[in-house]
Amino acid sequence: MRYGYIFTRLAEMLPVLLIVVAATFFLAHAVPGGPFEKDRRMPPEVKKRLEEYYGLDKPLASQLVTYVGNLCKGDLGPSLKYPGWSVNEIIGSRIPVSIQLGLTALLLAILIGIPVGVLAASRPNTWLDRVPMGFTLLGICVPSFVLGPLFALVFALGLGWFPPCGWGSPIHFVLPALTLGIVTAAPLARLTRGKVIEAGNQDYVRTARAKGLPERRVWFVHALRNGILPVVTYLGPAAAGLVSGSFVVESLFDVPGLGRLFVSSIINRDFTLILGTTLVYAAALLVLNLVADLAKAALDPRVARGGDR
Amino acid sequence: MSGPTALGPTETGWQRFRKDRAAVFAAWFLLAIAAACLLSPWIAPYPYQRQDLALGAVAPCATHWFGTDILGRDVLSRLLQGGMVSLGVGLVATVVALAFGVLYGVAAGQAGGLVERAMMRTVDILSTLPLTLIVILCMVVFGQNIWMIFLAVGGVSWLTMSRIICTETVSLKNRQFVEVSVALGQSKVGVFTHHYLPNLAGIIAIYATLTVPGVMMLEAFVSFLGLGVQAPMTSWGLMIKDGADIMEECPWLLIAPSVVFALTLLSLNFVGDGLRDAFDPRASKK
Repeated sequence: MRYGYIFTRLAEMLPVLLIVVAATFFLAHAVPGGPFEKDRRMPPEVKKRLEEYYGLDKPLASQLVTYVGNLCKGDLGPSLKYPGWSVNEIIGSRIPVSIQLGLTALLLAILIGIPVGVLAASRPNTWLDRVPMGFTLLGICVPSFVLGPLFALVFALGLGWFPPCGWGSPIHFVLPALTLGIVTAAPLARLTRGKVIEAGNQDYVRTARAKGLPERRVWFVHALRNGILPVVTYLGPAAAGLVSGSFVVESLFDVPGLGRLFVSSIINRDFTLILGTTLVYAAALLVLNLVADLAKAALDPRVARGGDR
Repeated sequence: MSGPTALGPTETGWQRFRKDRAAVFAAWFLLAIAAACLLSPWIAPYPYQRQDLALGAVAPCATHWFGTDILGRDVLSRLLQGGMVSLGVGLVATVVALAFGVLYGVAAGQAGGLVERAMMRTVDILSTLPLTLIVILCMVVFGQNIWMIFLAVGGVSWLTMSRIICTETVSLKNRQFVEVSVALGQSKVGVFTHHYLPNLAGIIAIYATLTVPGVMMLEAFVSFLGLGVQAPMTSWGLMIKDGADIMEECPWLLIAPSVVFALTLLSLNFVGDGLRDAFDPRASKK
């Protein structure tokens, strides 16, 4: 039953990814300018030869068919901007960086967001609730591209604790991960608070308290266990937020990850690289959502039993 | 408004909203910002694109309240002009998202059964996609045409709305007044305009207020990456980016647009939450 469900979900992804490829393909080719238009004009016959070599002179539809054909073999094609490099190689070298950054940020968000949410829920409308929730409201309204520069201004340029940009040692990690993590933690804390308060009004929580369990155990075990389901569901889309946040954060802190690669590939009109990065992101998000749903099923027997809501 | 004796759900809703001091204050603040941006061609102290290279970047002072940027352009005037773009994108794209989301949601809820499930599953799948990437591409493609940007941003922001509207429609569909008007032979369009729209209006307004911040954020994101509005026009996202580039020398260029942008988003959230608490009893119980 469970395997059948996973299989269906995986099968659903194929047409979706195909649509993403087609949409990105036509959009990328509609971008004004081409990959070979640089500051120095190249002779027209050289440009023509290049376009012939990469198959860019063929009609769009047949280019798309060729691309999808190669895709089935796992080949994302050659990069147009960096001759001699394949898109697979370029993306492969950037993925570990983005995964490290993304996972750290997500972990940070969970470690900050969920405890803060539960704590606020356990003392609603006291200063323990109001102060952290005020901060989370700020975290929602101050986007990563404001928070990032502010962090750099204060912690890197002002206090000199961390390098303002770059990559390579763990210390470079701190500011980008903190920026991404806090932005993700804020909505997480608010959601957790709401759901745990709701669970806190249930009879089983009253029972837990009545049988003399310590408050901390009542909130963090009994109420959280039931309040956490929507939070787990939220982590799927939160990963999507991390993705768009990573464009900004990677550009800002000069992190050589996938997000900055996507932005620079658009600026360079590197069609194959645009397609490749978009596809990797789409696939990653679809899989992450599946994982979130499976985690939800593991936590809640009612979901596992087969209701699709 | 109607008679003073009995309070309908709308009046009690407004009363609840008026008691929410934060939301009321936020609403006035938003109105003030919007009015200032809208009137910016007349009230801005300087033309937003006028450069004064001899002057250069000046910290906030009496003649330039928010300072000037490296080209000597007045930051306050640019904030107002940028606000027009940012708020404009927020509003227009939200309207696009609403129109699409409401129609899709009502259609799905009305159809019911397999069609509804297929349509809502599509929404689920779409909402897991990296639509930001597609919007970024659209903005690069249609960069010259600001209306296409509105359409692209709106085109990816309708998903939540359609989901909410679908649930509402399903519950409305079986209410007696709808059944009666269907039995009396009213056309589908008639049922839609006479029964669905008035009953959905509240929830539409609430979630519209909550959609605007997301949409403005998206525009700012793209402008921040340098792929949005083109010079000499500006938007808050672009101003934040320009400010971040030289924050060491001229921090006011980063702080002014960031504060205005954050305050606007904050107010929108307050108003949206206030409206929801006041008018949507189910949501506040949730």
